[in-house]
Amino acid sequence: MSRQAPAVLDAGQRHPVRFTLNGRKAGGEAEPRMLLHDFLRHVLGATGTHVGCEHGICGACTVQIDGAPARACLTLAVQADGAEIRTVEGLALAPDRLSALQEAFRAHHGLQCGFCTPGILMSLDALLRERPDCGEAEIRETLSGHLCRCTGYTPIVKAALAAAEALRVPHHA
Amino acid sequence: MTLDVHAQTVGEGGWVGISIPRVEDAALLAGRGRFIDDLGMPPGTLHAAILRSPHAHATIESIRTDAARAMPGVAAILTGTELRALTTSLVVGVKAPVECWPMAIDRVRYVGEPVAVAVATDRYLAEDALDAIEVSYAPLPAVVAPLDALRDGAPLLHEGFPGNIASDRSFSYGDPDGAFASAPHRIGVDVDYPRNACTPIETYGVVAEYDPALDAYDVLANFQGPFSIHAVIARALRVPGNRLRLRTPPDSGGSFGVKQGIFPYIVLIAVAARLAGRPVKWIEDRMEHLAGAVSATNRVTRLQAAVAEDGRILALDWDQIEDCGAHLRAPEPATLYRMHGNMTGAYAIRNLRIRNRVVVTNKLPTGLNRGFGGPQIYFPLERLISRIAATLGLDPLAVVRRNLVPADAFPYRTATGALLDSGDYRAALDVALRDGDHESLLARRAAARVEGRLYGIGYAAVVEPSVSNMGYITTVLTAAERRRAGPKNGAQATATITLDPVGSVSVHVASVPQGQGHRTVLSQVVADVFGLRPSDIRVVTELDTAKDAWSIASGNYASRFAPAVAGAAQIAATRLRERLARIAAAQLNARADELVFSAGKVFSPGNPGNAIPFTRLAATGHWAPATLPEEVEQSLRETVFWTPPQLDAPNDADEVNSSLCHGFIFDFCGVEVDRDTGEIRLDRYVTMHDCGRILHPGMVAGQITGGFAHALGAALLEEQSYAPDGSLLTGTLADYLIPTAREVPEPVILHYETPSPFTPLGAKGVGEGNTMSTPVCIANAVADALGLADIRLPLLPSRLSEALHGAEPQPPHHEARPPQATQGERTLFGRGRASVDATPEQLWAMLLDPALLARVVPGADNVRRESDTRFRAEVTLGIGPVRGRYRAEIALSDLDPPRAVTLSGSVDGALGFGRGRGRLRLVPVGQARTELTYDYEAAVGGKIASIGGRLLDGAARVVIGQFFESLAVQASGRRPSLWRRLLRLFRRRA
Repeated sequence: MSRQAPAVLDAGQRHPVRFTLNGRKAGGEAEPRMLLHDFLRHVLGATGTHVGCEHGICGACTVQIDGAPARACLTLAVQADGAEIRTVEGLALAPDRLSALQEAFRAHHGLQCGFCTPGILMSLDALLRERPDCGEAEIRETLSGHLCRCTGYTPIVKAALAAAEALRVPHHA
Repeated sequence: MTLDVHAQTVGEGGWVGISIPRVEDAALLAGRGRFIDDLGMPPGTLHAAILRSPHAHATIESIRTDAARAMPGVAAILTGTELRALTTSLVVGVKAPVECWPMAIDRVRYVGEPVAVAVATDRYLAEDALDAIEVSYAPLPAVVAPLDALRDGAPLLHEGFPGNIASDRSFSYGDPDGAFASAPHRIGVDVDYPRNACTPIETYGVVAEYDPALDAYDVLANFQGPFSIHAVIARALRVPGNRLRLRTPPDSGGSFGVKQGIFPYIVLIAVAARLAGRPVKWIEDRMEHLAGAVSATNRVTRLQAAVAEDGRILALDWDQIEDCGAHLRAPEPATLYRMHGNMTGAYAIRNLRIRNRVVVTNKLPTGLNRGFGGPQIYFPLERLISRIAATLGLDPLAVVRRNLVPADAFPYRTATGALLDSGDYRAALDVALRDGDHESLLARRAAARVEGRLYGIGYAAVVEPSVSNMGYITTVLTAAERRRAGPKNGAQATATITLDPVGSVSVHVASVPQGQGHRTVLSQVVADVFGLRPSDIRVVTELDTAKDAWSIASGNYASRFAPAVAGAAQIAATRLRERLARIAAAQLNARADELVFSAGKVFSPGNPGNAIPFTRLAATGHWAPATLPEEVEQSLRETVFWTPPQLDAPNDADEVNSSLCHGFIFDFCGVEVDRDTGEIRLDRYVTMHDCGRILHPGMVAGQITGGFAHALGAALLEEQSYAPDGSLLTGTLADYLIPTAREVPEPVILHYETPSPFTPLGAKGVGEGNTMSTPVCIANAVADALGLADIRLPLLPSRLSEALHGAEPQPPHHEARPPQATQGERTLFGRGRASVDATPEQLWAMLLDPALLARVVPGADNVRRESDTRFRAEVTLGIGPVRGRYRAEIALSDLDPPRAVTLSGSVDGALGFGRGRGRLRLVPVGQARTELTYDYEAAVGGKIASIGGRLLDGAARVVIGQFFESLAVQASGRRPSLWRRLLRLFRRRA
């Protein structure tokens, strides 16, 4: 990461952490060992990012750090200082207006319990931005970084394909 | 079907049957879900962390908590001593003098069993405190495999279960002896069904509070039911049921049965809250979940059939050995009896013998998991069908057809007592073959085989039970024991409909959804009754046992929502509508029974112009109760308790209608096995379902694709593995492999609807069927591809490769064998060399100097010299996600100063234990240089063993490398080269 890290952090002390969260300034204090998801959820109250395994496999905690999907469970809060963080709370166009990707999930039953969904949305959001012409194979490849136990993935793949289509042809959205 | 979400136009047959968008989704998609860890907590809420056993079986000699109690932020430490003082053992489902505690008391019986709870002001501090709790264990021999548990001299888990047997019952139906004696063929299968778990992505969570003035507990937990467990928890906490208020959060992140198993933790956290005098919150982490939540049962089955020449099955002989893990926790041994009425599957077989044994082993206790007993039954039964066909030279489909329950036999009473409600199995099978294009699959197999490729086709026909009879579990007792205990039966569902002063409709049910969209379906069902739109109906599904209508059968299990709960809501709405109709009849001067509720209005069909708005009618009971017709007592609220009359208690002949409804599934699939790698490619999977009336096609499809993915995991990847010493080998999601989007293809889903005559809406359950049919369907296909008679799940490429190419030769290991290693313990071997700028004599002196050792051993501090050749130290090591503190003992032996020494040592900590031995040789090179060569062997167990061999091997190499690098630095008095330091820095960053 390009940001400048403070030279030394004291393990027993809380340090200020400031970043942009979904376009707004956010900040608080964190011990160096505090994970980013704990900071987001319990310091900032942004509980949309979920925690499923805390060892980087399930993908539920995926957020975007400076535009790239990253596991909040493998990131320390202090590492995010100065970054631009995007979470599921930042996806909707307005409180009552979902994004094309979110709408596609709703239309295709791409979620059941919804616990893994925020992480999946953050990965797909980045994929569809970087690779608007992606097809099923690429979508499945991206989804393979996420575990979902409810849907069997089929409806998620359909939702992602529909979202890609809607974003390519905006008037369909 | 496309639908305008906001306009919501009704279909011709009403809202039920249409895939409307889910009311749950908007919040979940926007990050506004309300899962347990998202909810606000009372100020001052403390956080718990749980210390767990690294041993599969050991006596706890002592637990020292002083240091932990003294740590900053620590409010309380709970051990077995306090637990026993404040609670009573959990009830055990069989009659035996056995206790079952939510935390180990004096003895641990599985890796992951709770040993102590630390409560502190935040979770980080609570976990810090765990490190400071010192537990001294005396390991005992462990038993892991169910057949081993039955052997003479096997380690005994519970004195009250002699021979490790918790239950042993035999049953006979019809005339199995006669059928076996006269049948021309006896064909059988032996099955060792593995254990797996459904692992919801949200783990367990509990927030508990205790009021000492009232002696009452208030608990919020993502528990899923059945609420018969409420009684178990209250009894354990020594309070009457009305002093245990159990609430559920609005959202729950999946369960699949698993969140039934949270109840021991509810007891544990409730007691922790009592001890701490403040509310206590605990959110389970994933490694805790894999080691300590709940597992499905593994089962060893011998199934024999008496078979006629034409493939007709004349009798079955089941011998089942069910492994429930270390404790028999409620409602076990229910997994074994849930299918008791369905031991003949979809077939008309009148003669049966069944022996059911339940054993305990040093593994995680078992409980509800999607399929619950179905996979364990259908794997042997459908493998048997396949074996009968292969043995008699018949088409497997012909054997299936010959034995299916015929269409004119419904409702059909099975030999063991189930009443199969409806179906036309042969017609469903024929439609599946036609619409699933079975012909083309046969052609693909033929073509592949011509090319020498390994292609096989598998089939499975299963009956999917739903809406469990709460009494089926008592089949484990003898008829006499049941008479003494009193009858247990039924499957009560509850629903409440409320009208408010502006005439809007609210629904409350006790179904505790875990993501299945209950709120959406209930809004459809109730909208149809009142002639409203689903968006007009507000549905609340969180449950509060202190205020809401519920019964022991409440909850989210046995696929009971659509057949039972949705039906109860329809009945409640209909009763309220009847009352509203009477009120309207007086106003409209019409007959109540002819009134139409449609499009938000109520009118007589003869005079639709004269209509009353529904909202005004619904509000009448609030604003003008005195105007209600005399026979209408109130029109504000209706609560229905619905129980199906078909669910009787088991009778004296041990016949039991274990479930209310029975869906039918017929699956077939084509697979290709890679001849070189043994990898399976699923070419096509077709799954035909008769789940009765479909209430919401999109959600039914989701249940099928979701169940299919669980089943695919069980078939191809998932097994909770234990080493023979009881170490858990699948303690992370990198080791316990769950299928991803790359492994799960889209199945072809077909339907054949025969509505259930026993449920209000004609629906049957659909949530579990594929976990029963799919694993064996795929296994049958693989067996067909490879020509195998015996096949074991999961179908790992390594296993299939072994079947294709024979067992791989053992790798040429080091000659040395690990010291005292039990066979199968995770073992590490290695050797290496290093060159140090010091004489052998200098190095020798260092090895005997504690202060120097402390600088050399990675992560060591507080090295103490116990004697000339014995040292103790504390070591902090991190491997992958597991960083822990260990107590180490190091001994030097076979001293040959200054040329060679053997170092043996053991480490022990919360995260695991290990022991190893290494021989170190020092050979002088020139004047002031020594070449060190070493070889080591080590065995590890506990949590550390569960994180993956690759990580362990790599970590061991790194740690040993660091040791010699430090030794070299200390010996030569030089810092490592700049290059080396840079390299190290780079590695740390990478």
